[in-house]
Amino acid sequence: MEKKVSVYRKEHFNAAHRLHNAAWDEETNNRVFGKCNNPNYHGHNYGIAVKVTGVPSPETGFVIDLKLLSNIIHEHILEKFDHKNLNLDVEEFANLNPTAENIVMVIYNILRAQIDKQLDLQVRLYETPRNFTEYPTD
Amino acid sequence: MIYLTRLEHFNAAHKLYNPGWDKEKNEAVFGKCANENWHGHNYELYVTVKGQPSEETGFLMDVRALSQLIKECVIEKLDHKNLNVDVEFLKGKMCSTENLAKAIWEQLTSKMPAGAILHCIKLYETPRIYVEYFGE
Repeated sequence: MEKKVSVYRKEHFNAAHRLHNAAWDEETNNRVFGKCNNPNYHGHNYGIAVKVTGVPSPETGFVIDLKLLSNIIHEHILEKFDHKNLNLDVEEFANLNPTAENIVMVIYNILRAQIDKQLDLQVRLYETPRNFTEYPTD
Repeated sequence: MIYLTRLEHFNAAHKLYNPGWDKEKNEAVFGKCANENWHGHNYELYVTVKGQPSEETGFLMDVRALSQLIKECVIEKLDHKNLNVDVEFLKGKMCSTENLAKAIWEQLTSKMPAGAILHCIKLYETPRIYVEYFGE
């Protein structure tokens, strides 16, 4: 079996959000989500690292052309998320709390549809330099 | 002269929008930063004070006291807030990184203990964009 290699592309976007469960009262929201529940929102510089794994093509030596991967991320993720309010501007979060866990799964699902099914995909999302999530798990 | 720096951070929403202009002009000048629904950043704040170390303690300023001062006067008022809406000391100001650095200076400069002088506010809006303010 031919050896697989992982290639990575890092990108970033800036967005506002809040963590809030509309089914709960304010007291419960404040207890669970604390200052992240601020009704006027707060925000982050999000970082994403997209990992694509596969066997390099014998013709090009590429798992995936990283310029193509960059273009896919720009067109399908950054255009949708950058300088946006995740709760208000991004349809996927109309009824989904934009936690780092949910954001990474939404990004994965969008990218999965754009990338060759022969290739494995994993996404890491940095909410701050110290908090990050990854999907899918190994 | 010794310079002592404390690094703190806060996360906040904002928008760049001049209420005296119409939406079209705001978008022409501020681009996607004018999004009416806000966007946000992880801000990194470097506060530098200057002075001579005390002969008794060796400290220019107790850095725990500096940290506490920044937390009380700045971080508690900005962290997880909307800069345009939630922050008293930014009312009526455009929430650019430049104005935010100047406003943070104003919050801190009069509260320095004897022997410590505020020297610089260095504020990162993103890992690639920062401003510095020296009070001039």
